[in-house]
Amino acid sequence: MKPAFSVILLTTLIGAAQGLLVAVYGADVAGRLGFTDAPGRGFVVTGAAIAVVLAALGLLASFWHLGRPERAWRAATMWRTSWLSREVIVLPGFLATTFAYGAGSLWGAAWTPLAGALALACCVALFVCTGMIYACLRFLQEWASPLTVLNFTLLGCASGFTLATALAAFGLADDHAAALGTWAIGLAATALAVRAAMLARNARLRPRSTLQSATGVRHPRLAQTSQGLMGGSFNTREFMHGRSRAFLRGIKWAFLVLAFPVPVLMLFLGLLYGSVLLLVAAFIVQYAGLLCERWFFFAQANHPQNLYYQVIS
Amino acid sequence: MTQLALVIDLNVCVGCHACVTSCKEWNTSGVAGFLTDENPYDADPTGTFFNRVQTYEAGAYPDTETVHFPKSCLHCEEPPCVPVCPTGASYKRKEDGIVLVDYDRCIGCKYCAWACPYGVREIDERQQVMKKCTLCVDRIYDTALPEAQRKPACVLACPTSARLFGDVHDADSEVSQAIRERGGYPLMPEWGTQPANHYLPRRRTGCGVSEEEVARRDGPLASDGRVPGTLAALIAEAEATASGGR
Ligand code: SF4
Ligand code: SF4
Repeated sequence: MKPAFSVILLTTLIGAAQGLLVAVYGADVAGRLGFTDAPGRGFVVTGAAIAVVLAALGLLASFWHLGRPERAWRAATMWRTSWLSREVIVLPGFLATTFAYGAGSLWGAAWTPLAGALALACCVALFVCTGMIYACLRFLQEWASPLTVLNFTLLGCASGFTLATALAAFGLADDHAAALGTWAIGLAATALAVRAAMLARNARLRPRSTLQSATGVRHPRLAQTSQGLMGGSFNTREFMHGRSRAFLRGIKWAFLVLAFPVPVLMLFLGLLYGSVLLLVAAFIVQYAGLLCERWFFFAQANHPQNLYYQVIS
Repeated sequence: MTQLALVIDLNVCVGCHACVTSCKEWNTSGVAGFLTDENPYDADPTGTFFNRVQTYEAGAYPDTETVHFPKSCLHCEEPPCVPVCPTGASYKRKEDGIVLVDYDRCIGCKYCAWACPYGVREIDERQQVMKKCTLCVDRIYDTALPEAQRKPACVLACPTSARLFGDVHDADSEVSQAIRERGGYPLMPEWGTQPANHYLPRRRTGCGVSEEEVARRDGPLASDGRVPGTLAALIAEAEATASGGR
């Protein structure tokens, strides 16, 4: 598939927003339950606010993907069958509940825990919806796996916890930074394991569709001599990334390095030396890595329609 | 329940693209508005089409076979493109099984095109809505047209009658018979989409006249009073006439 930058931005931004909400709410709940000291109002409010901003930017990016953004509201109608429609409903829900959670924390409202729980529920639902949009397309074999949902969830959480660590160390919840950072490192490690499993799975995939099944011409030697058009079409633009194998491999290694070991090391050193700058940089580097990861995620998916669009003559 | 569909005979398609141009002509002038073309007379022309004719080659030189292969929306009975549409713009009609896009509802998210394994949906780059074959829904029911013309434009245009149109759920229809008797098959059956459109395979073509058909007593040649002999005798006679006449 051709990676659409709008969707790359959407999925990475809301992923980080969701992870941040989980981190902030988790710290808040741990404090309320008495496992740790309460993280302080500033941390919760700022965290929720940043999550809202990131998710809103993601929502904005998603509009950019639409041909007819002015009709976007219609996308909420088919939630019974369409994961995309479900996402369209849950994303504003996440924004609203996270906003309410932040606002409630700011005012010290009694319903804040309820808002937080709802925000968490929306957050989980959003991870599932976003992942399932891709995982439900059965003939995009690279995506059609529960690993897709797991990967989106873990990467979102990892980046969100990294951001939460930087935020805590910024003076908002100093004594929570170490715990959050440990979580961030653990999540990044788990995410790497899942992503590696995905890469291994995809490397072994054999396309179920062949030129023979696509045309019904059952000759072992079959080749297209003309795709029926010369100047390109939607089908030649939307479904092929048009980059070399070497470029793809480069992006793969870029995200394997930038999204996992480098931010983990920076998190570790940042916590060790109490450097907020290093922690913020860890998030930025990891986010850049996740942009590469999402680009690769799209580019690697091999659409069976490409069998029909091979040769110009 | 009716399921309208095309059955395309690959054995007779000559790859002339008449169906492509007639489809474009009809549908760009239709009620749903034009089908965008960009740079039609320039370098890199590109545009929206419902129907494409592709060409494949089987075998290795010199033993090759060229197959011309028209492809448009197959109006799947289990269309994966429909449930994914977030707006309900993509839908399958109950009454005749045609899969359509409501251009006034489509938001141009392209998700349906991702969900179609056949690469037959094309976004209109100008109007930014998804387009695809409608089986000429705006002409097959048009009572203002003579009955013989209430068929998709591509079917009417095909000079070799490679395109049949009808109800594949009606066992006695021309299309059902063709599928049954001439080995009709669907594309990419592995995904369970159950395309309504079917293709008829290439067949070996040969001369179908046997000696007995010519030689039998009640053969048509018997009508002039001469009882024909064997095919060989007939040929010899014809050759004698030809050389004698020179
Ligand atoms: S061919 Fe593609 S667009 Fe047409 S009904 Fe089947 S899945 Fe949908
Ligand atoms: S592009 Fe239009 S028809 Fe296709 S899924 Fe999106 S809204 Fe539905």
